[in-house]
Amino acid sequence: MSSTLEAVRGPVAMERPASSERWRWLRLLFRRKIALIGAVLVTVNVIVAVLAPAIGRWDPLLLDVKARLAAPSATHWFGTDDVGRDVWSRVIYGARLSMIVGVSVVLFSFVAGIVFGLLGGYYRRFDNVLMRVMDGIMAFPGIILAIALMASLGPSVVNVIVALGIVYVPRVARIVRGSVLVIRETPYVEAAPRPRRRRRDRALEAHPAQLPVARHRAGHVHLRRRSPRRGRAVLPRRRRAPQIPSWGNVLAEGRLYLQQAPWLTLFPGAAIMACILGLNLFGDGLRDLLDPKLRGIQGAAREN
Amino acid sequence: MKIYLLRRVLAVIPVMIIVATLAFVLIHLAPGDPASVIAGPYATPDDVGKLRRQLGLDEPLPMQLMHWYGRLLTGNLGDSIFLRRPVTEAVLERIEPTLLLTIWGTLIAVLLGVPAGIVSARYHNSAVDQSLMGLALLGLSIPNFLLGLLMILVFGVWLGWLPVAGYVPLDEGLWRNTRSLLMPSISLGLVQSALIARITRSSMLDVLREQYIVSGRAKGLDERTVVYKHALKNAIIPTLTVIGITFALLVGGAVVIETVFNIPGLGRLIISAVLRRDYPVIQGVVLLIAVSYTVINLLVDLAYLVIDPRIRYQ
Repeated sequence: MSSTLEAVRGPVAMERPASSERWRWLRLLFRRKIALIGAVLVTVNVIVAVLAPAIGRWDPLLLDVKARLAAPSATHWFGTDDVGRDVWSRVIYGARLSMIVGVSVVLFSFVAGIVFGLLGGYYRRFDNVLMRVMDGIMAFPGIILAIALMASLGPSVVNVIVALGIVYVPRVARIVRGSVLVIRETPYVEAAPRPRRRRRDRALEAHPAQLPVARHRAGHVHLRRRSPRRGRAVLPRRRRAPQIPSWGNVLAEGRLYLQQAPWLTLFPGAAIMACILGLNLFGDGLRDLLDPKLRGIQGAAREN
Repeated sequence: MKIYLLRRVLAVIPVMIIVATLAFVLIHLAPGDPASVIAGPYATPDDVGKLRRQLGLDEPLPMQLMHWYGRLLTGNLGDSIFLRRPVTEAVLERIEPTLLLTIWGTLIAVLLGVPAGIVSARYHNSAVDQSLMGLALLGLSIPNFLLGLLMILVFGVWLGWLPVAGYVPLDEGLWRNTRSLLMPSISLGLVQSALIARITRSSMLDVLREQYIVSGRAKGLDERTVVYKHALKNAIIPTLTVIGITFALLVGGAVVIETVFNIPGLGRLIISAVLRRDYPVIQGVVLLIAVSYTVINLLVDLAYLVIDPRIRYQ
C-alpha cells in the first residue's frame, strides 16, 4: 500500500514547479507585448490612485472662482472646471474612487454569483427557481435596475457598489452554474474517492476546476461595469452630495461646458479610456496565457 | 416544434412576473412617493394623506400589486400619476426615437462588426486582421456616452456638420430625422460592433479549422465559396447570440445616449418617472423592455433553426 502511494507521489512531487519555473508566467507575460502594455497601463492606474495626494498638486475640492474654466496651463495642467477646481487633481483623485468601486463591484458580484451558481448547479430543485429569478434580473435593463436601486438605497459609494454588484450577479451565476453542470458529470468527479453520503460536497469541491472560467469572467465584469457606472453619472440626479471626484462625475459636470471648456470632457474621458483599454489588453493577454488549450490552438493556427 | 414554441412562450410568463414584481417592490421601497412629490415640501401630513388615499397609495402593498396584476391581465397598464394619461399612450408617444435609435444602432453594429470579423478571420494574423482587431479593442474601450460627447465636440461644436443635440421626429422628413439620429446611433452601435467583430472572428477561426472546410478546399472550391457559403453559416451562430444580447445592451445604452443627446425617448421617460416616483410608468416601461428582450432572444433561438437545420428543439 505504502509503495503504491510512493509510486503515485513521486512523479507528482517532481512536477511541482521549481523556483525558476514559478516565474514562468511573468516571462510569458513579457513575451506577449500586448498583455504587457495592458499590465503597464493598469499598474500606472493603480499607482496614480494610491499616490494621488502626492501627484495631485492641488486639493481636488479647492474652489478658486477667479480661475474658473481656465484653459490648461502650467499652473493647472488640465485646466479648471466651472468653480475653479483643478481638473488634473480631480482626475487623479477620481482614479481612487473609480478603482475602489470597480474592485468592490467585481468582488461583490463574484462572491454572490459563485455562491448562487454553485447552489443552482448542485441542488437541482433549487435550480429552476433560482435561474428564473436570475433571468428576471437579466431581463431587467441593467441601468434602470441600477438607477432604481440607487433611488431606494440612497446615494452613497457603498450603495453604488451594491447596486452595480446586483446587476452583474446573474451573469456570473449563470456561467458558474453552467460549469458546475458540466464538471459534475466529468469522469474525474465520478472517480473521486467518496464516502457515499457526501456526494454533494464532492461536486462543490470540484469548483476549483472552473476557476479559470470565473477568473476570465472577472476581467469582463470589471470592464463592463465601467460603462454603466459612468453612464449613470451622466444622468441627471436630484440630490448631489458635495462630491468626492470620480471620473464619472467630473465628466458629468463638464458636459455642460462642452463648448467653452472641452478639457473638462477630454481629460477624464482619456483617463477612462486608458484604464479600460489597459484592462482589455491585459485581460486578453491573460486569457491567452492562462488557457493552455487556446495557446495550443494559436500555435496550430500559426503553423497552418 | 410547436410544443417547444408553446413551452418557450409559456416560460416567458414567470420571468415577466418576476420582472414586474421586482420593478414594483424596488420602486415602492424607495423613500418618497408621488403624493409627497405632488403635494410639495410645504404640505401638511394631512394633505399628503388625503392625496395618498385619492391615488390609492394607502392600500397595503400586496393589494396594490394584486390590483396592478389584475389590470395587466386586461392589457391595461394603468394611468400615469403625473402625466394624467394612460401609460400606454405616454409610451407610444415616446417610443419612436428609442425604437429608431435601437434599430440604427443594431444596423451599424451588425454591418460593421460582421464583415470586419469575417475579413479578420479570413486573413488571420495579417496586417488587416491586426489593425481591425486593434480598432475593435479601441472601440470596446470607449464607453458609448463618452464617444457621444466626443462626437458632439468634433462634429457638432468644432466642425458644425451635425446638430449638437435634439431630435427631429420622423414626420418632419426622413433626412432631417436621420441627421438628428446619426451621432447617437453611431455612439450606440460602434461599441457593439467591436464586440460583434471579435466574436465573429473567433467563431469563424474555429469553423475554418474544421474538417469539412479542409475537404471543401481539397476538392477545389475557391476560397470565397468556402468562407462565405460553407463556413459563414456555422460561424454566424455565436454572433447571432451576441446580437440578441446586444439588443438588451442597446436599450440600456439608449437611456444614457438619450440623456447625452437630449432625445425625448423612453429612456428619458423612465428616468423622470423614477425621480418623481411615477409608479405606473416605471412598471409599464420596465415590463415593456423586459418583454421585448425576451421576445428578441426567442427570435434569435428560432433563427438558429433557419441557419442550421441540424439544430432541433424539443
